[in-house]
Amino acid sequence: MATTQIESNNKIHPYKMLLWVGFGSIVMMFAGLTSAYIVKKSQANWLEFDLPNLFWFSTLVILVSSFTIQMAVKKAKAGEMDQYRGFLSVTAILGITFIILQLRGFQALELQNVALTGVRSNSAGSFLLVIAGLHLLHLVGGVIAIAVISLKARAAKSSTNQVLSVELVASYWHFVDILWIYLFVFLNWVG
Amino acid sequence: MSGTFANFLIPLQIGARDMASPFMNMLSYWFFFIASIVMLSSLFVETGPFSGGWTAYPPLSALHDASPGSKTGMDLWIISMALFVVSSLLGGLNYITTILNMRTKGMSMTRLPLTIWALFFTAVLGVLSFPVLLSGLILLIFDRNFGTSFYLSDIYVNGVGALSNEGGSAILYQHLFWFLGHPEVYIILLPAMGMVSEIISVNSRKPIFGYMAMLGSLFAIAILAFLVWAHHMFVTGLNPFLGSVFVLLTLLIAIPSGIKVFNWLTTLWRGNIRFTPGMLFAIGFVSLFISGGLTGIWLGNAALDIYLHDSYFVVAHFHIVMGVASMFGMFAGVYHWFPKMYGRYLNNSLGYIHFWITLAGAYLIFWPMHYQGLAGMPRRYFDFSIWESFKQFAELNRFISTVAMIVFATQILFLINFFYSIFKGRKVTVLNPWESNTLEWTTPINPGHGNWPGEIPEVHRWPYDYGKDGHDFITQTTPVGEDESGTH
Ligand code: HEM
Ligand SMILES: [Cu+2]
Repeated sequence: MATTQIESNNKIHPYKMLLWVGFGSIVMMFAGLTSAYIVKKSQANWLEFDLPNLFWFSTLVILVSSFTIQMAVKKAKAGEMDQYRGFLSVTAILGITFIILQLRGFQALELQNVALTGVRSNSAGSFLLVIAGLHLLHLVGGVIAIAVISLKARAAKSSTNQVLSVELVASYWHFVDILWIYLFVFLNWVG
Repeated sequence: MSGTFANFLIPLQIGARDMASPFMNMLSYWFFFIASIVMLSSLFVETGPFSGGWTAYPPLSALHDASPGSKTGMDLWIISMALFVVSSLLGGLNYITTILNMRTKGMSMTRLPLTIWALFFTAVLGVLSFPVLLSGLILLIFDRNFGTSFYLSDIYVNGVGALSNEGGSAILYQHLFWFLGHPEVYIILLPAMGMVSEIISVNSRKPIFGYMAMLGSLFAIAILAFLVWAHHMFVTGLNPFLGSVFVLLTLLIAIPSGIKVFNWLTTLWRGNIRFTPGMLFAIGFVSLFISGGLTGIWLGNAALDIYLHDSYFVVAHFHIVMGVASMFGMFAGVYHWFPKMYGRYLNNSLGYIHFWITLAGAYLIFWPMHYQGLAGMPRRYFDFSIWESFKQFAELNRFISTVAMIVFATQILFLINFFYSIFKGRKVTVLNPWESNTLEWTTPINPGHGNWPGEIPEVHRWPYDYGKDGHDFITQTTPVGEDESGTH
């Protein structure tokens, strides 16, 4: 056999399972970081500061984007290609907005005199940078994935081959969204 | 090791044409390849490779000026490790998914060979613990390059004065590191355990004793692996109460480990044992696992460990159990599956020589090391001869080094056997040379792409029907007979 055909005997597609196991892995990374955060916070020399409001806006944006990508899935399943492409683009734009807002948030902290790196930095700020920064990288990955399937969607006439990909990307996107909500709550109130 | 055997055995033993995502497998391979190149390249940078031991504790690893090995060599080390983590993750995700999702018809989870179960738990451990190491490494990169204070505090450095960092904690790194570090030792060992279970059963011509208990103990080991990391940190000023919790959890590992040993021995008991080289290495594995596990129990007691920590006792403990035992598991696997890999046999006589010298050598090397450790010889010293108090060990050290060289030479013998046999070994003429039940022996002698030329065979039973109802063995593909006694 030239190509490897997926011979699956379960209902869930192997790629979906792959993704879900991957979520477990990503969760562990952030669990490690947030545990380290808690340990560190309980020790001397911890700087208390408030998160800039920008992070509230970015949270709102990412919440909305979860909704739009779910609409994209729905339209892909219904075969409505134009609307499918439209919702993908909107999601990508919201994703880019989120990225910009987060970066501006880091800047705002620096302006508040909360150094994130360098000799004046306190690990409270550095942790925020590393945790939110790593999350942002995961989101960038999601934007790239959306860009890739958008390109494919532009070439394709029908959506039959696209449903699996968009479902996978949407699951990932929701995951990154929920991950941020957790981190946001953690950074604001728990940590 | 998990990588080689997992990619080879998982599809063959569960009845799949390939892994769930061959693409991710390829990515994993290339990440590993690049990681290796980066690691090797660190040998050639001017300031030398990283020199702080495999644990890479800060502050030595976080400060560029700590030692020559803390300069570029360290950066390369971190990059290489990060790439390696990504490679392992991609591999692990693939193994888990393949095992859960791609089994052939009739291959329920409780009909899986124990090899597969062990590889499964190995992958789970990796997928859940490597990310934590990655997060630790990322913080280390920040401390090294962006002036942060995760691990660094205002410690005084000769010639520099106090660092400007404030409030960092080097111990934090140890927590993150050992959260991976302990599971990692089982990542190395579990595949060996799985292969040994399989090989012992096949060559005793008896069903594995306590299949479900084997699964349960694998599961228990996997869970406990995440709960014992601080037994590597008894001397870090851990809260004594926490310390005793970790002692308890650590000693609990002895129970599933004991179950496994008991089951292997009972499988051997009154078996029709075929002493192939693979079988000998499998039995050797059990012996070494017992020896190394016992010293683990010593070390798991905080009170003893405070004395033994960073001594040659620890070195002996982990070399026996992780170094030698898992090598034995790997050798057992190579001797056993070589006919499947290359369609030829390894040379048996060389195999026997390889086994006996390596077994005797392993004990001759590591047994004395325990005494050295008890007598106070510390690990990680560059030159023992410049300390008056360590001079007493010189002769024993010389003896150990001599044996080590002999054992090393024997491994070269194995390599010669390996490469010679690939091209010139005795040809395999039957499909199932070990008369084994598992699926990999139903493929052609040299399986092509897709493993089975026609349909993937269906599975009707578990893989351990040896010596049942008067049959020496009944392969997994044999349908259940009408008057067959209890089936699995
Ligand atoms: C009953 C089982 C075991 C127990 C209770 C146990 C306990 C321990 C303890 C307490 C230490 C820390 C010693 C110290 O640094 O002072 C240690 C070190 C170590 N153990 Fe075990 N162990 C067990 C089995 C194993 C197995 C099966 C492996 C590997 C396959 C293993 C690999 C290691 C390694 C690599 C180290 C040294 C790490 C280092 O400091 O570089 N152990 N063990
Ligand atoms: Cu350990």
